[in-house]
Amino acid sequence: MQPATPRTGPAGPGPQNDAAAPATAADAAPAISLRDAELAFGDRVLWSGLNLDVAPGEYLAVLGANGTGKTSFLKVLLGLLPLTSGTVSVAGTRPRVAAAHVGYVPQQRGFPARTPLRAKDLVAQGVDGHRWGVRLHPRRVNRRVAELLERVGATEYADAPVGLLSGGEQQRLRVAQALAADPSVMLCDEALLSLDLHHQHVVSELVHEQRERHGSTVVFVTHDVNPIIDHVDRILYLANGSFRIGTPDEVLRSDVLSQLYGTDIEVLRSNGRILVAGRSDSTHHTDSPEEIIP
Amino acid sequence: MILAEIDWSSFLSSVFVFDDYGELFVLVRNSLWAGAVLGLVGGVVGTFVMMRDLAFAVHGIAELSFAGAAAALLIGADVITGSLVGSVLAALIMGFTGLHAREGNSFVGVLMPFGLGLGILFLSLYEGRSSNKFSLLTGQIVSVSSLQLTSMVVLSVLVLAVLVAVWRPLTFASTDPFVARAKGLPVRGLSILFMVLLGVSVALSVQIVGALLVLALLITPAAAAMNLTSSPGRTVVLSVLFAELAMVGGILLALGGNIPISPYVTTISFALWLVSRVVRAVRERSASYRRAVTATATTTTPRGAVAADGTGAATASSTPAP
Ligand SMILES: Nc1ncnc2c1ncn2[C@@H]1O[C@H](COP(=O)(O)OP(=O)(O)O)[C@@H](O)[C@H]1O
Ligand SMILES: [Mg+2]
Repeated sequence: MQPATPRTGPAGPGPQNDAAAPATAADAAPAISLRDAELAFGDRVLWSGLNLDVAPGEYLAVLGANGTGKTSFLKVLLGLLPLTSGTVSVAGTRPRVAAAHVGYVPQQRGFPARTPLRAKDLVAQGVDGHRWGVRLHPRRVNRRVAELLERVGATEYADAPVGLLSGGEQQRLRVAQALAADPSVMLCDEALLSLDLHHQHVVSELVHEQRERHGSTVVFVTHDVNPIIDHVDRILYLANGSFRIGTPDEVLRSDVLSQLYGTDIEVLRSNGRILVAGRSDSTHHTDSPEEIIP
Repeated sequence: MILAEIDWSSFLSSVFVFDDYGELFVLVRNSLWAGAVLGLVGGVVGTFVMMRDLAFAVHGIAELSFAGAAAALLIGADVITGSLVGSVLAALIMGFTGLHAREGNSFVGVLMPFGLGLGILFLSLYEGRSSNKFSLLTGQIVSVSSLQLTSMVVLSVLVLAVLVAVWRPLTFASTDPFVARAKGLPVRGLSILFMVLLGVSVALSVQIVGALLVLALLITPAAAAMNLTSSPGRTVVLSVLFAELAMVGGILLALGGNIPISPYVTTISFALWLVSRVVRAVRERSASYRRAVTATATTTTPRGAVAADGTGAATASSTPAP
């Protein structure tokens, strides 16, 4: 149903395609660096010609409709998916090697009800779950876990089975788990999906706080940029096998997105909130029909 | 004179009884040890089996273990080796084809009757005293030779040692595979390693409780434990405790009659599970700690976070919404 239209790179001029990181961190080695990166499944190209340097401490939001390759982008950064061509480095090294310094908040999926893990065990897995053998210093781990639970406000349900927790509660634990490694890079995949406004705010503040406190780089995949718009430095906007990179003001514009989508797109702002909508008279073909609000 | 005769024969019989008793004692001691070791392995391995949702696979492995043992019997090879080869082979096939896929279960379902059929074929081709000497399907009457015990202990120690070495990563990979993989853990390698350990454990269990009843040792105790707690540590302890009760208790009860061990083991195991299930139901009804937990949770806010203002369009989206 989706046309395989391999593109050699993002079309059109503009500063949004410039890969340069903010000047403040120009001399620091980039936390994430992609060069001529292309990702394709078969002859379906998700994105190609991607050159991107994310500076340490930078907050990058990855936007795009379903199926545009946002999760795949994170998988590339995690080293779980090889690029079709080009190179990628995280923390100056191969993604797999950097994995220990990466905090990852996965796209939400609940735990089976009878999973033998309590909230604190889930967080503890972020602390030392990757180490071999059995836990030899439970007290040290417990202290760290208690600290993390406190930080995300999950102390009250520390002993509750994870399978019985709500989506918002599980998501806070996921954030605590990701923070456990004191990550220099945080990768969040739709971390706000299906959360109510309150929990969206809570989770995005936690991620922001990690960046403020420890200078962590953040890559935040989301459908809706509004809950994090105040924190975002740059946006990687994926659509139609192409993309735009730039500050929110550079990318979230009617002309830029219309060009990206190849159809009329309107970017509306109200009360500081941003709404991207397609025009109903659009006859242009896009990736998938549900991308455009009629 | 008559008195002297009686004395003589009673003396003889008492000697024989003593001899018998000594022999019996060695056999019982061996099987008690075997049961205790199996209980430990079954309880620990079972916890991971439950975490990984492999109950059905255990059954499939057991059938192929049975086929391997029967084949060994037929060609005059060592039965334990045969059952080991059968189950490890089955476990590896399942490990490599990837059991978490949905087709995994149907694959096991296909493999299982095939293994069982093969085993029955081999057993019927075998003209020895198969029914007397080996009850590969339904378990043995109390008789574990010292050699058998030694091999069991060695293999059990091996399984447990490897499990301890990979304990945390295996737990991580079993309960949260995607994040574990993102953390750099060799999730697939751990999965295959665990299947091998499971294969060895099944082969050990088949010798005592029989291929058809392996689940009573490798599933039921862990399932009962998980009814009572969601702490991973306590789950393992309870699971081992229940498995020991079933195994050692079953062997002690089986001493009385000619019935194999397995009915005793499975009955104790089932009874423990039933009790645990009732306890869980009662707890869930009365305490309902889930609701209590979520009620307190929604009122808490993490440090530094402010309540959402709720202004603006809740449906606002920065991508054209679906
Ligand atoms: N391993 C894979 N093999 C083939 N196609 C894939 C694979 N992973 C993802 N895809 C496809 O790539 C597209 C992008 O997927 P994904 O990165 O999950 O999108 P998003 O997270 O933006 O919704 C989807 O159409 C999906 O079907
Ligand atoms: Mg996704």
